[in-house]
Amino acid sequence: MPWTRKHLLTIEELSLAEIDQIHATAGAFRKILRRSVKKVPALRGKTIVNLFLEPSTRTRLAFEMAAKRLSADVISFDAASSSTQKGETLRDTAENIQALNADMLVIRHGASGSPQYLARILDLPVINAGDGAHEHPTQGLLDTFTMKEHFGSMQGRKVAILGDILFSRVARSNIHALTKMGAAVTLVGPSTLVPEWFTDYGVTVSHDLKTALADAEVVMLLRIQHERQSAGHFPSLGEYTSMFGLNKTRASWLNPRAIIMHPGPINRGVEIDSELADGERSVILEQVSNGIAIRMAALYLCAGGQPETVTSAE
Amino acid sequence: MPLLWIANARVIDPAAKRDEVGDLFIRDGLIVPAPTAVDRKLARKIEAAGLVACPGLVDIHVHFREPGQTHKETIATGSRAAAAGGFTTVVCMPNTIPPADNAGTIQFINDAARRDAVIKVYPTGAITVGLAGEVLAPIGSLKRAGVVAITDDGDCVQSNELMRRALEYAKMFDLPVMDHCQDRSMTRQAVMNEGVMSTRLGLRGWPHAAEDLIVSRNVVLSSCTGAHIHLQHISSRHSVEIIRQAKARGHRITAEATPHHIALTEAALSGYDTNFKMNPPLRTEADRKEIIAGLRDGTLDCIATDHAPHTDYEKDREFDYAPNGIVGLETALAVSLEILVRQSRFKLAQVVDLMTRRPAALLGLPAGTLADGAPADLCIFDPEESWHYDTKAGFSKSGNSPWHGQDLKGRVKMTLVDGRMVFDGTRIVV
Repeated sequence: MPWTRKHLLTIEELSLAEIDQIHATAGAFRKILRRSVKKVPALRGKTIVNLFLEPSTRTRLAFEMAAKRLSADVISFDAASSSTQKGETLRDTAENIQALNADMLVIRHGASGSPQYLARILDLPVINAGDGAHEHPTQGLLDTFTMKEHFGSMQGRKVAILGDILFSRVARSNIHALTKMGAAVTLVGPSTLVPEWFTDYGVTVSHDLKTALADAEVVMLLRIQHERQSAGHFPSLGEYTSMFGLNKTRASWLNPRAIIMHPGPINRGVEIDSELADGERSVILEQVSNGIAIRMAALYLCAGGQPETVTSAE
Repeated sequence: MPLLWIANARVIDPAAKRDEVGDLFIRDGLIVPAPTAVDRKLARKIEAAGLVACPGLVDIHVHFREPGQTHKETIATGSRAAAAGGFTTVVCMPNTIPPADNAGTIQFINDAARRDAVIKVYPTGAITVGLAGEVLAPIGSLKRAGVVAITDDGDCVQSNELMRRALEYAKMFDLPVMDHCQDRSMTRQAVMNEGVMSTRLGLRGWPHAAEDLIVSRNVVLSSCTGAHIHLQHISSRHSVEIIRQAKARGHRITAEATPHHIALTEAALSGYDTNFKMNPPLRTEADRKEIIAGLRDGTLDCIATDHAPHTDYEKDREFDYAPNGIVGLETALAVSLEILVRQSRFKLAQVVDLMTRRPAALLGLPAGTLADGAPADLCIFDPEESWHYDTKAGFSKSGNSPWHGQDLKGRVKMTLVDGRMVFDGTRIVV
């Protein structure tokens, strides 16, 4: 089946076959990344612009590195250096980037739906690098890619996502990917951060850590966003840690084969004990490495490449 | 002025419970009794067979943006949009710049209306200075300057104590208090209805409870002060039920519904289209149905558009950052006919009532009747004619409508104000 999408905006709109295609393409790229010469000429002559209007370390670096590994020219800029500070609208900024003959736009924005908005008004491919609390598709793809590496098929596997689900785009993208892949997903955290509406996605919502973690094969932790405390979503970080922080005792409830994931940035000692974050079950840095291959796949496919031609892209 | 004869129209005059094919006669700007056969021969006859002739529509909730935001709308353009939609009387909200919280600004609006408007435009005044919810505006002076009600519209008064005093004080002048019911502590940064859809879209939710709480508060305050509170643009089904009970107990509560809240739901937001972003937000199908039920059983008293113009460049941006509101004057009749008459089996006369007699009666406006001696403000429309709505061909300065580009059924053919035609079905003729 050929890849037909021009944009990568959400996982919600992807089919399982498309998710598999991206994973397969990323798998092929990862082989290349393990060689001494890590570069392929697939996107030579193309210019990719990373427009990051919200802070980011991992995602931005991974997108830049992915573009470079594909031999594209890449230009990154952030809110501080853009004219949005001078009152320029997102449309004008984006249309200017298009007028400068960019071939692809990677956008990170604090407002949900912004990538969809740009995809409507621009002719070039738009890749969503995280929009508000909506989606972060490449993160969901790299997380599920990492899970598949450990477990093969995710069909029927028990995955617990723990933390601030309400404000998390990572959670939403993972929920869409995992439910399409047939995993049994449980969301767990304080009731104010894990509202019942999520059951509409076909997942289980729980506020009982022990039940939720029991025999889980994957536990994905999400950062507790300090800034939300003022909104009264939970009493304090201390209380959060005491109720929901992952420590050694609680980790013992997991399946013996379980892996511990975190999209970063980590708040050590808040949502996870330092020891566990660095422990042998942690795949946190694997996630980061896989992030490059997934972004290479996303850029390559949306630029018109086909999954089966990755090797010939060399 | 010569006698004007609207002939063979289906005349709907809810105030007189009249709904029959017949004639209307107009002289010197007023509705007059049927004249003698001799006089009739001299009359200018407008053949209206197949058309409905009803009182000019009345909208008690519009934003004409003057003074201060005339790039969005002016009293001139807003009143033309109203006339094109069959409206002959509108009531403007006070969130202008500066706000209409003083007699001088009211004077300005009244002067502009007299000079520029093609229909009757009445101002409301603010409840509090600067719509800031802290100090009462000079309500007596506002009344003397000609306001027909007071409201802080988009900035619902949060302090119960201040609201109570405003009600007691306004009651002295027999001035209705209109309230946009929103508990702000529950709606910070909220941009759409809270629920499954906001969860899916990753947008901050505006829970219906934030409306229900203030509706309840207002019922309590109306009950203890005896003041008339009019609840603006009800969007929650729970609020409808609270109002239903309050009315059953005889409280002086009235309420309005917008065409968009009876026609649309949050499902329309899946593409983050900012022309579906308004406050209060579109809610669920259950809410939409209950609002229609409220209009049917009289719990909700009238239809009001909340006509809220914004330029394309203001609306064309990230959903979170776009302003709230849509224009509604030019589509209100067609949308109401579609949803209420064709889909919900309301009688045509009932919809006319909701858009004429009842809103006028609510604020004591001299409109909404075709009785002899009444001002000859008329809306003549074809309930069956389809037309294409293109905001670029419309009369409002702004085009932020969810119905842009759609075919609508029910077309205004003529709008008369004081017996003079101001809209001929195609153009404004003044």
